[in-house]
Amino acid sequence: MATATNRMLGHLGDSVERLEDPPLVTGKGRFVGDINFPDQLHMRIVRSDHAHGKIKSVDTSAAEAVPGVVAVWTTTDIDDVPPIDFREGSDPTLALFRQYALARELVRYVGDPVAAVFAEDPYTAEDAAELVTINIEPLPVLINADDDPQDFKGKATTEAAVVEQGYGDIDETFASAYKVVEVDVKVSRHTGVPMECRGAIGRYDEARDVLEMYGAAKVPHRNRDTLCRMLNRPASGMHLFEGHTGGGFGIRGELYPEDVLVCVAAMRLRRPVKWIEDRQEHLMAANHSRQQRHIIRAAVAEDGEVVGLDDELYLDQGGYIRTHGTRVANMTTGTLPGPYRFPVYRSICHFRLTNKTPAATYRSPGRCESTFVRERLMDAVAVAMDMDPIAVRRRNLISLEEMPYGRALDVLGDSVEHDPGDYAGLLDQGLAQIGWDDLQKQLAERRANGEMVGAGISMFFEKSGLGPSDGAKIFIDNSGFIEVVTGGASIGQGFETAMAQIAAEDLGTDYRRIRVVHGQTNRIDYGVGAHASRATVLTGTAVSLTAQAVRAKALDMAAELLQTTADTLTITDGVVHSKDNPTGPSLTLGEIAEALMPTSKLLGGREPYLKGEEWFHIDHQTYPYGHHIAVVKVDPDTGGVEIEKYFIAYDIGRSINPMMIEGQLVGGLAQGVGGALFEEFTYSEAGDPQAVTFADYLMPTLKETPDPEILLTEDFPSIRTPLGIKGAGEAGITGAAGAIASAIDNAIGIPGAVTETPVSPQRLKKILSEHGK
Amino acid sequence: MSDKKDITLTVNGRDHNVAVDPRWTLADVIRDHCGQTGTHLGCEHGICGACTVLVDDTPVRSCLMFGVQADGKKIRTVEGLANGDEYHPLQKAFMENHALQCGYCTPGFLMLATGILEAQPDISDDDLNEVLSSNLCRCTGYANIIKAVRAARDEMKAAS
Amino acid sequence: MKPAAFEYHAPTTVDEAVALLAEHAPNDGRILAGGQSLVPTMAFRLARPNHLIDINNVADLGKLTVEDGALCIGATVRHAQFHTPACNGVLGHLLTDVVGNIAHYPIRQRGTFCGSVAHSDPASEWCMVAATLDATMVAQSASGERLIPAAEFFETVMTTNLNEDELLREVRIPMLSDDTVYGFQEFNRRAGDFAISMTLVTYRLESGKITDPHIGVGGAEDRPRRIAEAEAALAGQTPGDEAFRAAADAAAAAIDPMEDHATNAQYRRDLTATLVRRALENAAS
Ligand SMILES: Cc1cc2nc3c(=O)[nH]c(=O)nc-3n(C[C@H](O)[C@H](O)[C@H](O)COP(=O)(O)OP(=O)(O)OC[C@H]3O[C@@H](n4cnc5c(N)ncnc54)[C@H](O)[C@@H]3O)c2cc1C
Ligand code: FES
Ligand code: FES
Repeated sequence: MATATNRMLGHLGDSVERLEDPPLVTGKGRFVGDINFPDQLHMRIVRSDHAHGKIKSVDTSAAEAVPGVVAVWTTTDIDDVPPIDFREGSDPTLALFRQYALARELVRYVGDPVAAVFAEDPYTAEDAAELVTINIEPLPVLINADDDPQDFKGKATTEAAVVEQGYGDIDETFASAYKVVEVDVKVSRHTGVPMECRGAIGRYDEARDVLEMYGAAKVPHRNRDTLCRMLNRPASGMHLFEGHTGGGFGIRGELYPEDVLVCVAAMRLRRPVKWIEDRQEHLMAANHSRQQRHIIRAAVAEDGEVVGLDDELYLDQGGYIRTHGTRVANMTTGTLPGPYRFPVYRSICHFRLTNKTPAATYRSPGRCESTFVRERLMDAVAVAMDMDPIAVRRRNLISLEEMPYGRALDVLGDSVEHDPGDYAGLLDQGLAQIGWDDLQKQLAERRANGEMVGAGISMFFEKSGLGPSDGAKIFIDNSGFIEVVTGGASIGQGFETAMAQIAAEDLGTDYRRIRVVHGQTNRIDYGVGAHASRATVLTGTAVSLTAQAVRAKALDMAAELLQTTADTLTITDGVVHSKDNPTGPSLTLGEIAEALMPTSKLLGGREPYLKGEEWFHIDHQTYPYGHHIAVVKVDPDTGGVEIEKYFIAYDIGRSINPMMIEGQLVGGLAQGVGGALFEEFTYSEAGDPQAVTFADYLMPTLKETPDPEILLTEDFPSIRTPLGIKGAGEAGITGAAGAIASAIDNAIGIPGAVTETPVSPQRLKKILSEHGK
Repeated sequence: MSDKKDITLTVNGRDHNVAVDPRWTLADVIRDHCGQTGTHLGCEHGICGACTVLVDDTPVRSCLMFGVQADGKKIRTVEGLANGDEYHPLQKAFMENHALQCGYCTPGFLMLATGILEAQPDISDDDLNEVLSSNLCRCTGYANIIKAVRAARDEMKAAS
Repeated sequence: MKPAAFEYHAPTTVDEAVALLAEHAPNDGRILAGGQSLVPTMAFRLARPNHLIDINNVADLGKLTVEDGALCIGATVRHAQFHTPACNGVLGHLLTDVVGNIAHYPIRQRGTFCGSVAHSDPASEWCMVAATLDATMVAQSASGERLIPAAEFFETVMTTNLNEDELLREVRIPMLSDDTVYGFQEFNRRAGDFAISMTLVTYRLESGKITDPHIGVGGAEDRPRRIAEAEAALAGQTPGDEAFRAAADAAAAAIDPMEDHATNAQYRRDLTATLVRRALENAAS
C-alpha cells in the first residue's frame, strides 16, 4: 500500500511544471525531422518562380539522371489524385479554387509546387530539383485584392465568394445618424512562422496495408479523413501520428500538398518518403494570413453611441483556397462587433484570390484583423465626437445585465452568444491596476517636454471551444498507471500537462502519474485536434467527464472490496480510502484495476477494466474577453517605436495552470508586436515574394519584445462548460496591433495616423513628415 | 559528387568516426551521422540560433559550419548537458520558469546560455539580454527565457 | 537549403593557401574564413563555389598586433577578439564599441574581420571602420603582396578591388592619437541585423576648433566611404549643434542612397542625417 508522503501535485489552478519539458530540455524530443525509417527517400519540391502562368512543359530528364535520384514527378504522374479538399467537407461553390498537390496547367503563386524529386539524401534531392526546368508562359499577375478581379480558368472570377453578415437596417440607420465616421484600414500579410518548419513522412506498411503519415499536427483526425477521401482508403488503413511539434499557430497541421505527396509516394515508390521543409520554402509555401483592407463606417448618436456599423472588406486569399474554405471571412465578419453592442451591423467580405501564397488561419484568425479595424474605428469615433477614447468604449460595451448576449451572426456555424462577462468591470480593474489617470498625466508632461510618448487601448472578445463534441478515454492498469487518450493535439501549448491536471483532479492522483496521448489516429477514432483554442475547453471537459466516470467505477469496486458504500470513500494520491479514516483500510488504484481484470472473480456484472470513455457536447462557443494597453515612445528622427510598457487584462473563466496561461498571453503578444511593428510579406509587382528569409521577415528578438504586466481574472467562468474553462491561446495577440497603433497616434499627436500595419520606421517617418513633424 | 572525408567528431565526449561529404553542415552531421537530433534547424541561414552548439566550448551556429571543419574538435550539444540523471541548472531553470512551450528553440538557447555563463559567470543582466537576443523563439515571448537564464546564472554562481 | 557540392581544401600555411587559390580561383575557388556570410549564401545556392580553401587552420593568419603605428589584423582574427580592446588607446575602445553591433555573439565567435572586409557588404561595420579610418588592405597572392588603400578597395555592393587569386591577408588600421574623439551610430529594425544606415565619425580639436574630421557612412550607399562634403562642413568649426547639423545635412545631401523593397532612398537619406548628427554629439560628449 502506498503512503501519501509527497504532496500531490497538479490540481486545477496549480502552476505546476509541465510534463512536456523533460524530454525537450534534454534533446530527447521527437520532432518530425528526428524520425527516420530504414531505406527512406527524401522529397524535394520544385516550385514555380512565376506568380501566374501556363505550364507549357516540365523537363525532368536531367534531374532523373542524377545518381541517387529515384523518381521525379509532375502532375501527370499523379493525375488520379484529386485537389486537396476542405477540412469540413466538400463545398461545390468553392471546389474550382482548390489546389492540386502538383500544379496542373497553371501556376498561381511563386512557390506553387510543380514537381517532386525523390532521392537518397536531401542534398542530392536538392541538386536534382535545381535541374528540373519548367517552361511557363506568363499570365497577368494580380497582387492586390482590392483591384478588379480577374478571370479564373475561364469559369469564374478571382472573387471566389462574397461573405456577408449583419442585422438591422443599415441604410435607415446611417441616414438618420448624428455623425458618420469612416476609416480605411489595412492589415498586412503575415503568418505564424513556427520555429520548426513543416515536415512529413509517408510510410506504407504493405504487410498490413496501412498507410502512415508522421509529422501530423493540429488536426490529425480531420486530415486522416480528408486523405482517406482523396486517396480512397478506409480509415482503418490510414494513420496519422503527431510527434513533438515545434509550434503551430494555426498554420501547421493543415493538409498541404506536400503531405499528400509523401503519402502517395510512399505507396507508389514502396519506400518511406521524408520531406522536411526549408525556411525559404516555408515563407512562400506554408499558409499566409491576415491580409485585409476594410472600409468601415460608424453611425454615431449624439451621446457617442455607435448605432450602426457598416463594413466592406477585401480579403486577400492568395493563389488557391486551401483546407479552410472561407472560414477567415466568416470569422472576420462574425466577430467584428467585438465586445460592443452595435445594434445595427453589416459586413461584406470580398473573398478574392490573388497571385500570392494561399492564405488561411493564423492564431486568432478573423479576430486579430477585425479587432484592429474596429478599435481603429473606435479611436476615430472618439476624435470625431471629441470624447475620451475610454469613454466612447464604455458607452458602447455590452453590459453584464444584457448577458448572455446573442447576435444574429454566425461564427463557424455557431450563432454568436456572448457568455456572461463584465466587460466594463474588467476595464475598470485594468485601468486601476495600470494607474491610467496618473499615466495620462505623466505622458502629457513628457509630451510637453518634447517627448513623443503615448498610451493606447484595444478591447476585444475572443472565441474558443468550437464544438460540437469531443471524447476521451482513460485506462488505469494494474500498476496504477493512468493513460488518458485524447483526439487533441499538442502544438507546444502544454496540452499534456493541462489534460493530466484535469484528470488528476478527479482521479485523486499526482498529475505526473498520468500519460496523455494525443494526435494518434490509431488510438482513438475521433479528435478535434488543437485549433480555435478548443483543446482545453472541449477535450479538457471530455477528459474531466471521463475521469469522473472512472473515479465512480473505482469507488464502486472499492466499496465492494472494503465492504462499505462508495460515498464514504475518496481517492488521495492514487489510494482509495475512507473519507473519515485516511489511515484505515485502503486500496490502490492498481489493486482496484486488478480486481476489474476480465478474468477477475471479483468483476461481478461490471464491464472489465478500470477504464472509461465519455463525450462532451457544447452548444455554443465560449467568449473570453479582455483588453490590451500599450505605452510607446516614438523616435521622431528615425521613426522607431519603443514599447515602454504593456498590459494585458483577460478573463479566463477558470484557469487550469495559470503559469501556462500567462505563457500563452506573453507568447501571443510577441507575435502581436511582430505583426504591429515588424512582420510583413511584401511582393513585387511581378508577384515575387520579398520576404523569404529571416533577414527580411522580421520576427522580434527579445530586444523588441515587451514583458507585459498581466491581470488574469476568473470572474466569469463559462456557462457552457462544467469546469467553466474558456480558451487562452489567442488573447495575447488579438489586441496588440490596436493598442500599439492607438498609442502611436497618441504619442505623435496625430489622431488616426496609423491606418496600416506593420508600423515600420519608414511608414511612421512618412506620416510624421506629411504632418510637418 | 565530392569525395567524402573521414573525420572524428567528439560529441558530448563520445568519438564518432564518420565519413562526410564536405558540404554537409555540422548541424546535419551531428543530427544524421552522429544521431544526436537534439540540435535543431530553424532557418539554415544563421539567424534563428536553434542550431547553436558549443565547439571547443564556444557557442556557434552549427548550420554555418561544415562538418569537416569540426574534425578533432570537442562538440557539446543539449544531449550532453545533464549529468546522468541530474539536470544542468539551466535545464532546471527552464522547466521551473516555463521558459519553453514547443521546445524547438530550447536546445539552442540552452547551449548559447551554457556557453556564455561558462565564459562569463558574472555577466550582467543587460549583457545577458544582448547575448540572448541572438536566438529566436516564436512561442514564449522571451520573458521567461530571460528569467530562467538569470536564475541559472545566480544558482551556478552560488554553487561555485 | 543545402549547399551545392564543392571540394574542400584545408591548407596550413599562407603559401599553400595562395597556391590553392591561384589554382582554383578560375574555377570558382574561394576562401572560407568564418563562413558567417559565405555559408548562408551557399545555403540559398546563391553562391556555389567549386572549391573552398579553408584558412582556419593556417597558422600565421591570427596576428593582432600594433606594428608601425597601425593595428594589424590577420585574416583569421574573429569579431569576438574585439569584445575587449585589441590595442591600447582610442582605437582599441572604438573597435570594442563597434563590434557589439555586428550580428550576434555566436556569429562573432566565427566571423572574421578580414572576411567582412573581403565580403564587403555595404552595411558591414568593419568595412565602414576601414573606410573611415583609412585602413590599408594587404592582399597576398602566389605572385606577391599588394597594399590597397581603403578608398580604392571598396568598389560596390560585395565587390572589392581584390583579385580572385588574392587572399586578404591582413588589414592595417592606423592608430588614433589620444586626443581623437569618435562617435558611432547605426539604426536597424531588429537587434543584430545589418544596419539600414550607420556612421562613424572622428576628429580632434586644435584650439577649440575641429581638425582632421573623418565622417564615414555605411549601409546607405553601395559601399562605405568617407563623405568629403560633410568633413569639409565640419573642419575648422567649433563643436556644437550648428556645426553638427551642417555636417549631417551635408552628408545626407552628398550620398546616393540605395533602395530596396523595404527601404527607400528618402528614408535612408533622412536617417543618415540623424545618425551623423548623433554620432557627432556622441563624439563631443
Ligand atoms: C545573422 C547574421 C547577422 C549578421 N549581421 C552582421 C552585421 O550586422 N554586420 C556585419 O558586418 N556582418 C554581419 N554578419 C556577417 C558576419 O559579420 C560575417 O562574419 C562577415 O561578413 C564575413 O566574415 P567571415 O569570416 O564569416 O567570412 P566568410 O563568410 O567565410 O567569407 C565571406 C566572403 O569573403 C571571402 N573571404 C573571406 N575571408 C577572405 C580573405 N581573408 N581573403 C579573401 N577573401 C576572403 C570569402 O571567400 C567569401 O566570399 C551577419 C551574419 C549573420 C549570419
Ligand atoms: S538553423 Fe542555424 S541559425 Fe537558424
Ligand atoms: S518554445 Fe517554441 S520556439 Fe521557443
